[in-house]
Amino acid sequence: MTKLYDTLIFDLSRKDRIGYQYQPKHLKEIHLPAHLLRETSAELPEVSEFDVVRHYTNVSQKNFGVETGFYPLGSCTMKYNPKINDELATLNGFANIHPLQPDSTTQGLLKIYYETQEILSEISGLKAYSLNPFAGAHGELAGLMIIKAYHEKHNDLKRTKIIVPDSAHGTNPASATVCGFEVVEIKSNPDGTVNVEALKEVLSDEIAGLMLTNPNTAGIFEKDISEISKLVHQAGGLLYYDGANLNALLGRAKPGDMGFDITHINLHKTFSTPHGGGGPGSGPVGVCEKLVEFLPNPIVVKKGDAYALDLAKDSIGSLGMFYGNVSVYLRAYVYLRTLGKENLKDIGGLAVLNANYIKDSLKDLYELPIQGHCMHEFVFDGLKDKSTGVKTLDIAKRLLDYGYHAPTIYFPLIFHQSMMIEPTEVESKDTLDAFINIMRVVARESISDPEIVKNAPHSTLVRRLDEVKAVKNPILKYKDIH
Amino acid sequence: MHKYLPHTQNDINEMLEKIQASSIDDLFCSIPEALRLKKDYHVPSQLGDWELTKHMQELANQNKELLIFRGAGSYDHYTPSAVKALVSRQEFLTSYTPYQPEVAQGTLQYIFEYQSMVCELTGMDVSNASMYDGATSTAEAMFMAYAQTKKSDILVSSTMNPKIIDVIKTYARYRNINVILIPSIDGVTDQAFIKENIKDKMGVIVSNPNYFGIIEDYQNLGEIIHQEDALFILNQEGQSLALLKTPGELDADIACGDLQALGVPLSFGGAYIGYLATKQKLVRKMPGRICGITTDVDGKRAFVLTLQAREQHIRRAKANSNICSNQSLNALFVTIYLSLVGKNGFKLFASESLNGAHYLYKNLLETKKFEIVYNQPFFKEFVLKASFDVKAFDTYLIDHGILGPLHIGDNNLLFAVTEKRTQEEIDLLVEMVVNFK
Repeated sequence: MTKLYDTLIFDLSRKDRIGYQYQPKHLKEIHLPAHLLRETSAELPEVSEFDVVRHYTNVSQKNFGVETGFYPLGSCTMKYNPKINDELATLNGFANIHPLQPDSTTQGLLKIYYETQEILSEISGLKAYSLNPFAGAHGELAGLMIIKAYHEKHNDLKRTKIIVPDSAHGTNPASATVCGFEVVEIKSNPDGTVNVEALKEVLSDEIAGLMLTNPNTAGIFEKDISEISKLVHQAGGLLYYDGANLNALLGRAKPGDMGFDITHINLHKTFSTPHGGGGPGSGPVGVCEKLVEFLPNPIVVKKGDAYALDLAKDSIGSLGMFYGNVSVYLRAYVYLRTLGKENLKDIGGLAVLNANYIKDSLKDLYELPIQGHCMHEFVFDGLKDKSTGVKTLDIAKRLLDYGYHAPTIYFPLIFHQSMMIEPTEVESKDTLDAFINIMRVVARESISDPEIVKNAPHSTLVRRLDEVKAVKNPILKYKDIH
Repeated sequence: MHKYLPHTQNDINEMLEKIQASSIDDLFCSIPEALRLKKDYHVPSQLGDWELTKHMQELANQNKELLIFRGAGSYDHYTPSAVKALVSRQEFLTSYTPYQPEVAQGTLQYIFEYQSMVCELTGMDVSNASMYDGATSTAEAMFMAYAQTKKSDILVSSTMNPKIIDVIKTYARYRNINVILIPSIDGVTDQAFIKENIKDKMGVIVSNPNYFGIIEDYQNLGEIIHQEDALFILNQEGQSLALLKTPGELDADIACGDLQALGVPLSFGGAYIGYLATKQKLVRKMPGRICGITTDVDGKRAFVLTLQAREQHIRRAKANSNICSNQSLNALFVTIYLSLVGKNGFKLFASESLNGAHYLYKNLLETKKFEIVYNQPFFKEFVLKASFDVKAFDTYLIDHGILGPLHIGDNNLLFAVTEKRTQEEIDLLVEMVVNFK
């Protein structure tokens, strides 16, 4: 059934079928002036409730989730999403609360907001947090706005440039541009770490700040971070921490101690909230003491025993209608309280152990461009044996045949055949061993039967897609099909 | 040991042996000694499942569930049970962005269905796969206008929700875009001001219904704006799209707004979902994800993210926006909601909100405790001026389990009624007004 299911909800539509039960109120029918009304109805499907349930159950079967199997997606930190998080975050006393209720009627929610801010401050070593940003990239934007507001307040208007290493996530340069900065890209060392000499060359009184993730996107800790921090600060710039890779540091080190002035944290990564097929996420932004006054509005403060929504003194402004993705940070809060100080400290260690275990178990067959211990993730530069012509893309697709999600591929851009693997701490040794075994099988197949790898996947619902055709002849809605 | 950490000491030992490390600490030798954490975090201790459940229930109980007559951007609508049940399927809930389309056809398919529905709702040619919320989608629409026209000034109606205006201003300030507010007359946008000031502007942003619940008449606005090659951006709340003239029918260039009203729970303001739809000619200026149909090597129909050259992971500093996620799961809420209510239910529920709001309006006026503020057509929200102490009134209602209207200054109250409010509930609010001393 599932395998053959290829129906759109619109295809199930039959005139006058309904999927809801509604008791009419029989209030007086109001007729708006005709010129204000839409001329044609929205052609939504007309289906029964069971049609909908069966349809979306079948659609769901075409997806790979964390509970389906191993999801070693580098830089994405695909952890198990605990059931208790979902259950407790959707209690009626959270789900049925209007955002414009008086503070006296939302004390529980405000308390959670406040405590989550405090815990994030402690973990990252920064002074204060706002949970308003809706996603990691939104947190970056907030952080950059804070950088700009800070320099403006000091009348330091020449600072129009943000430094971004070439190994950075694409959101870094994009956020800087959206915030009205000019991006200065610097070349990294071969292991993706910042080239301190290259940094020195671009530092000037026009630099507003530097964006870094640490460990970097190749899974390497910036060992020169204290010097980098000193140089940027001496030049009058601020240091921004992209929290995408924070998982590795849990219990081991704090970005604030390294000299970072601002950070965002992807709650959906490190703090185990569902990625939801691409959202909603949550990207709280944290700052050091001198930047607290710039946090996005509103902020949550504690006055005596009560919690209240307040406005920051020199706030960058509002970033959304209300107070961020509440349903997401509620889940993160439950996760933080489940682990507590006794267990949070083990996460970084076990995540790093798992990554090193996979790396060392496969480095005889896969090209390892950076030697030595990695942090929570690492990069292979394709197969060691390049003679077969099998590319990273092919290996990724072949893994799908064996029931594994593919690693992140062709990122970071500093290697041609990047394959970035991040197992996280939730995967057992048994799972890692099974994955290692399949990676070895695929490497052997690439030699014995390269065509089977190059033409993979074979057993998925659909096989390799013609992405060029999708761009050349865009079919972006149901009505474009017919 | 912890339930989320499966490693036994034996596993750890074997793994350390394999990687030739003497301890886990060894793996962190690249972190300079001075930066290594020497003590536990100063955070609360772990809670057992039952203790945590109790703790969260207590916190939930500190938030008062009320009978809601308040809107202003967040609405208490009906969510069918099937929506929550389907959205919580792990294949949807725990999957990642569909970068490996062969194993993400489920996400891609519902995004395609979502885009199709948004196009039906708005009468536009193309929709993206959703944005953070209605306010940020409006700010992104402004960036599209900026990219398209290369001009720096934009006109924004002062009748929009002030929270949306705040977000527009935040985004504009850091990109050196100049926001000029359009004054209002009797609660609606002064269109003569637009006509006089449209020259050299990148575009105009207006909303419908506006902050006061008023349905504005934008029939001739497109023409005025397009004469100067500026863009017409229309922010419209989700449920009203069932009844009101669509952005497409009004010749808007970009339609944007929030779809929370279509099945997404209140959740204290998030996570919600912004929509963004536009005309074919602007598709390459659009931010965010877009899903399209193609075929696989066997010629079979398949869904895939497309036009990715606009996006941050390809274009980096030259991308249309920095947005890397969408509100995928909330797009699923909306898609399933719209499937269940369908063509007729969508209209029916909007009409019931409309009828309920007008029924409340009429009955409130009959109490003689209010004055009419605007004499304008409205949808599910309206403003009345109270003749009593609104602050005490608010407290009085809350004491009786009701979240009453929002005070928007000058003793003006903004009421909201959705299809979920029964006649008895509306009558109760009126009775409360009558009894309020």
